[in-house]
Amino acid sequence: MKHIFLKRVLPVAFLSAGLTGMQACKPKGTQSAVTGDAASKAYVAPGKYDEFYNFVSGGFSGQMSVYGLPSGRLLRVIPVFSVDPEKGWGYSEETKPMLNTSNGLIPWDDLHHIALSVTNGVHDGRWAFGNANNTPRIARIDLTTFRAAEIIEIPNSAGNHSSPFITENSEYVVAGTRFSVPIGDNQDVPINSYKDNFKGTVSFIGLNKDSGDMHIAFQILTPGINFDLARAGKGKSAGWVFFSCYNSEKANTLLEVNASQKDKDFIMAVNWKKAEEYVKAGKGVKKAVRYAHNKYNEQTHTAISTIEKEVLTLDPKDCPDMVYFMPCPKSPHGCDTDPSGEYIVGSGKLAAIIPVFSFSKIQQAITGKNYDGTFDGIPVLKYEAVLHGEVQKTGLGPLHTEFDDKGNAYTSFFVSSEIIKWNIKDLKVLDRVPTYYSIGHLSVPGGPTAKPYGKYVIAYNKITKDRYLPTGPELTQSAQLYDISGDKMKLILDFPTIGEPHYAEALPAALIAKNSRKIFKIEENKNPYATLGDKNARVERVGKDIHVYMTSIRSHFTPDNIEGVKLGETVYFHVTNLEQDWDVPHGFAVKGANNAELLIMPGETQTLKWVPEKAGIFPMYCTDFCSALHQEMQGYIRVSAPGANVPLSFSTGSTEPAAAQPSKDGSTVKN
Amino acid sequence: MKLKMITAATIIYGALLFTASCGNEGVKTETTDPAATSPQELANNQPETHGIEIKEGDITITSPLQKDLVSAGKSIYELKCQACHKLNEEKLVGPGWKDVTKKRKPVWIMNMITNTEAMLTSDPEAQKLLEQCLVRMPNQNISKDEARQILEFMRENDGEK
Repeated sequence: MKHIFLKRVLPVAFLSAGLTGMQACKPKGTQSAVTGDAASKAYVAPGKYDEFYNFVSGGFSGQMSVYGLPSGRLLRVIPVFSVDPEKGWGYSEETKPMLNTSNGLIPWDDLHHIALSVTNGVHDGRWAFGNANNTPRIARIDLTTFRAAEIIEIPNSAGNHSSPFITENSEYVVAGTRFSVPIGDNQDVPINSYKDNFKGTVSFIGLNKDSGDMHIAFQILTPGINFDLARAGKGKSAGWVFFSCYNSEKANTLLEVNASQKDKDFIMAVNWKKAEEYVKAGKGVKKAVRYAHNKYNEQTHTAISTIEKEVLTLDPKDCPDMVYFMPCPKSPHGCDTDPSGEYIVGSGKLAAIIPVFSFSKIQQAITGKNYDGTFDGIPVLKYEAVLHGEVQKTGLGPLHTEFDDKGNAYTSFFVSSEIIKWNIKDLKVLDRVPTYYSIGHLSVPGGPTAKPYGKYVIAYNKITKDRYLPTGPELTQSAQLYDISGDKMKLILDFPTIGEPHYAEALPAALIAKNSRKIFKIEENKNPYATLGDKNARVERVGKDIHVYMTSIRSHFTPDNIEGVKLGETVYFHVTNLEQDWDVPHGFAVKGANNAELLIMPGETQTLKWVPEKAGIFPMYCTDFCSALHQEMQGYIRVSAPGANVPLSFSTGSTEPAAAQPSKDGSTVKN
Repeated sequence: MKLKMITAATIIYGALLFTASCGNEGVKTETTDPAATSPQELANNQPETHGIEIKEGDITITSPLQKDLVSAGKSIYELKCQACHKLNEEKLVGPGWKDVTKKRKPVWIMNMITNTEAMLTSDPEAQKLLEQCLVRMPNQNISKDEARQILEFMRENDGEK
């Protein structure tokens, strides 16, 4: 009954707390009004493709998931910041370097937001970016392979939340720190010296126009506040990025109270074109740091991790006209620019109105020095001077706004659990629909770009109570799909999601499907441990290491019998998939391996490390169904005691009895 | 030859594509509709190095053997074929290659390499082999020219000079 109390009473409690005059929109029951044609609108018949790809953050799962819209079908889970035994991600020797950081290999992170690459402010379907919130990192996913191609750690950051938002031509991906922390050599300071010692940063990660390769171009030092989300400008505001900030109180304890003291926090406006000028003029200061920069090479099928040792920082004190604050009520979360780039929508998650700022007015206020004092030396623009207007009579707790192709905005309301549609120009509320309990973020296909496609709004729920069959104390995460093609928003589908979905983006399938990679050409396999053809299959001993150069093809491994491994040795299975056909990966697993499996794409080589712990016969097999004889795709490896006189040997298809006289230990014998 | 039937079916099927969009495993055509914009068609229209049909007139067989083709064919065999095909009569996953050029016409062999799915679907001889081996021969992404090189290597394996 508790949830009924929450649903019915909580909004009333808020109303009676003085927030009168607004329409409280109660979430309805599980039977939420769905019109008769809803199913047909979300139905994509077997054999037909969806119109949109929806890239959804996997939250605390650390992964990114890809759904088809409007069907809500799960198409792929892309492992990014968390190890994924299903795909061997973070377990194979080739992928382990992708999860390397200055703190060593980190097998988990918290992927919060998605940004898709853009050209002229419009999706180009090349890359998706995701942020690691816990140990600050940004990942770039290559949308031809749907695999993480690069992960870069962010130094001088803690809680990389305000990330990874992207500028109009993918010049930069930004990464703002959530937590301010001490920066520099002396970090062993009292926590309650926060106001003196803690600093924030926002980082600008430059992208190579052709390859997408990332590098940290510069960081901007900021006052010791918290950054939540960000959006780059576009069109006339293209040279700017806007960051929502909370904790302008600079509290370091019980933030739910102590960071909610002021009526207004800030949106930080950064003129990145100006920042580039300061970098060119040599205003940047190089600071010694350590951060990992990991790249996956699709020719060698191998990641390499490099530790970088320097970052360029800009201090607003030395760089006037680069950073401004704009007051924004209250604990702002979302900070979203409309398709024209003129309007910046703030969302105070403890507020009951939506402030909309005007880029033109921001420029006028800067020219006229229309300031309301300074904050840590940075000018604060007057609220009234930069405001286009406030959307009144909304719900409670606006979080995030996206836009359609008709001049409308859609804002999610966490506290009152609804989506409100309003007009950007006249700020009038046009429609509202309940979401089932506690919507977090929302997404409109193309919503953050200069040319939204509209058509749907997807609500990503924070709590899924009552939507699906119960599964114990924990329920699946969930998304809800609304048709926005008419005047009224219509709920047409619920679909479950993984982790906790934060941001998501959707784009037309046509932008990606045509470039999708089908195989890796075996002739182009440059993995140093590749076995290019069965005649090269072999087993070699190098000191205490055994290297198995193995091939896989429907339906056997070569070699499939290996003997002569000794306890105390480490075995590396380098498996090359010789297939050249779409969707024919082979898997590889060994009994007792304290690791995971491999999943090797056609034409690829991957390596499983195995340290046997006892003598005996260990079966190995293919884990991914490959043919009618998949079950027969297996082999054995024999492990002997350290002193045993068993020669290293290997075979495939040999039916000879075991060799009576083992050859000299250490030699290689092929049966 | 059954191949002629496949060719005829392909032409009819290709014509049907203009009026109806449907998928038919095994009989693939290279027909593309330039006006196609749906993701389904975009994905289908991606160029792939298989589903290439070889016709009688496409092949020229000469004697003596072309040594450069033989050696190129041998390299492809070692990289992509050897895992399943031995060079003697012995069946491994697929049939041994010994005397294949004496039992099959060049056009049949090359179609089996480059147009595998269609052959396994429509050609009675290919279907007989599938019943024996029970593993569909995988597409190994081999071009028409490469298939010709493999054929030359097979001829050498069968003792031609």
